[in-house]
Amino acid sequence: MVKVDGSGGQSSLIQVRDLDKTYRRGGEEIDVLQGLNLDVEAGEFVAFMGPSGSGKSTLLNLLGGLDVPTRGRITVAGDEITHMSGGKLTEWRARHVGFIFQMYNLIPVLNAFQNVELPLLLTKLSKAERRSHVETALGVVGLTDRMQHFPRQLSGGQEQRVTIARAIVSDPTFLLCDEPTGDLDRKSADDVMALIEELVAKYHKTVLMVTHDPVVAARAHSILHLEKGVLVEGRHSPQETAAGGVA
Amino acid sequence: MKFARIIFANLLRKKVRLLLTIGSFAVALFLFAFLAVVNDAFQRGSDVAGADRLVIINRTSIINPIPLSYRDKILRIPGVKVITHNNWFGAIYKDEKNFFPQFVIDPENQRQVFSELIVPDDQWNAFVKDRQGAIVGARTAERFGWKIGDRVPLMVTIWGSGNWEFNIDGIYHGKRPQDDETQFWLQWDYFQEHVPAGIKGQVTWFTLRLDSPDDAVRVSKAIDAEFANSPYETKTETESAFAAGWVKQFGNIKILIISIGTVVFLTLLLVTGNTMAISVRERTPELAVFKAIGYSDRAVLFFVLAESLIIALIGGTIGLLLSVGAVPLLAKGLNGLLPALILAPSTLLLGMILAILVGLISGMLPGLTAMHMRVVNALRRV
Repeated sequence: MVKVDGSGGQSSLIQVRDLDKTYRRGGEEIDVLQGLNLDVEAGEFVAFMGPSGSGKSTLLNLLGGLDVPTRGRITVAGDEITHMSGGKLTEWRARHVGFIFQMYNLIPVLNAFQNVELPLLLTKLSKAERRSHVETALGVVGLTDRMQHFPRQLSGGQEQRVTIARAIVSDPTFLLCDEPTGDLDRKSADDVMALIEELVAKYHKTVLMVTHDPVVAARAHSILHLEKGVLVEGRHSPQETAAGGVA
Repeated sequence: MKFARIIFANLLRKKVRLLLTIGSFAVALFLFAFLAVVNDAFQRGSDVAGADRLVIINRTSIINPIPLSYRDKILRIPGVKVITHNNWFGAIYKDEKNFFPQFVIDPENQRQVFSELIVPDDQWNAFVKDRQGAIVGARTAERFGWKIGDRVPLMVTIWGSGNWEFNIDGIYHGKRPQDDETQFWLQWDYFQEHVPAGIKGQVTWFTLRLDSPDDAVRVSKAIDAEFANSPYETKTETESAFAAGWVKQFGNIKILIISIGTVVFLTLLLVTGNTMAISVRERTPELAVFKAIGYSDRAVLFFVLAESLIIALIGGTIGLLLSVGAVPLLAKGLNGLLPALILAPSTLLLGMILAILVGLISGMLPGLTAMHMRVVNALRRV
């Protein structure tokens, strides 16, 4: 069960303690996150909501090791990432984080298969093993018939599904989704959310998602609201209500 | 190499730009090889010069003669092994465009002093016995289709007028590829029979061979001292210095060529550097994705450098291969105005090294920028 009061135990997959993030802009310090605590268990699906500038994406970047906090610590599966060097953090990201971006961020000159294969090129897997993994990931997202298609030959929903396949192909510890449906029509958004739900339910993935869309957020186990850098409340999604709610 | 697909896919994303950049390298390397060949041709006189040979000319100018009678006095100077003499003949074969150097030679000692220019003994013997005989370099013989036994008329411009007839008695070859095979040699005696009385017994220069190269400075000074304050003062220098001085008459060719080459490569560096910078800037969000999913900063730098290096290698190879094909055409076009134009393997190697250096430098700045970019900022640029 997700907690925001710092009372989570060591068993939490993700632990965030007293997290501050301050940006300096034109001589002025802007506190984006202030004293944030968070505990996420493995297999949870958490949605972060809040107005623009509330710090949602900053939190996601910090959890994904793309940015470093001003203060506080983040521990994932026992690894404290806040003090890792740049190189270590890069290796850590490759092993533990799957990114799903709003704009898909596929490499346009590579086809679907090659895009999904990218994280595996950093491993010691053989070519045949890589092929097997990529085909499995594309099978999960229902795109085995589009393997040789380039991003420009795919619809927005299909592109996002390729992105999801790329995010899960190396079996990361958790997935970070930054507005995964922000650029999709409702039907495609529903398909993508159904897929993310399937990853959580069937494959026990841990998913942290930022969204502006309450309909999309409602499909998460927990919805956390960020306002001016502070996690101010937790609302229960229908799934969470059944499971016991947010502490 | 599992990353090759990524590198080539990125290279091929803008095909016109790729072709133009490769073309820039090809043109620059072609020009480099071309300039190097011309520079080599001008400098070759110094390079092929015998370390143990001295050249003696009139102190005033090479067009002023020296008496043949100096020969015996020079021979008496300790350290002088053998001496020969030459005159510039400067005749025309059919048309002024058919230039090739013609020298009046001293059959007695020519082969001992210029031992690197090989004439078969039977041909040499025939030449010595034939007052109208001539020995011609292999390249000139090939150029005009001359063969032994042919009779060749040359129109005299300096030493009188009209045509002088010569019999081709022999063809010489150089021992080394860089040896000049364009000369035409005629007999001293035949020359003396025809020149006006006032200039009989005068040579344009002497060339002597020393017992040891170490004697060069001492012997040079001794010769010039011997003829100091005479009507025909001499200037003695090593053959290498003489050849270099000859080239200097055309201006400082080396500096000119180096300057042009430097400008070409700096321009190439700016063009390719700019192209790579644009290419990387266009792909900043993609490179950020690579870093986000676990590719290291060094991997990103490697991708950018690999692209610029491949462009440099392909463009450089094309340019150098074109030059390999073009140099013989250039040599033909110059009609023997310059001695053998040779594209040396060392020139090709140097060209490729320069291409690789330009490729590395032009990719380095955008590569380092990509390497150090912050993923968070770059992803916002989508």
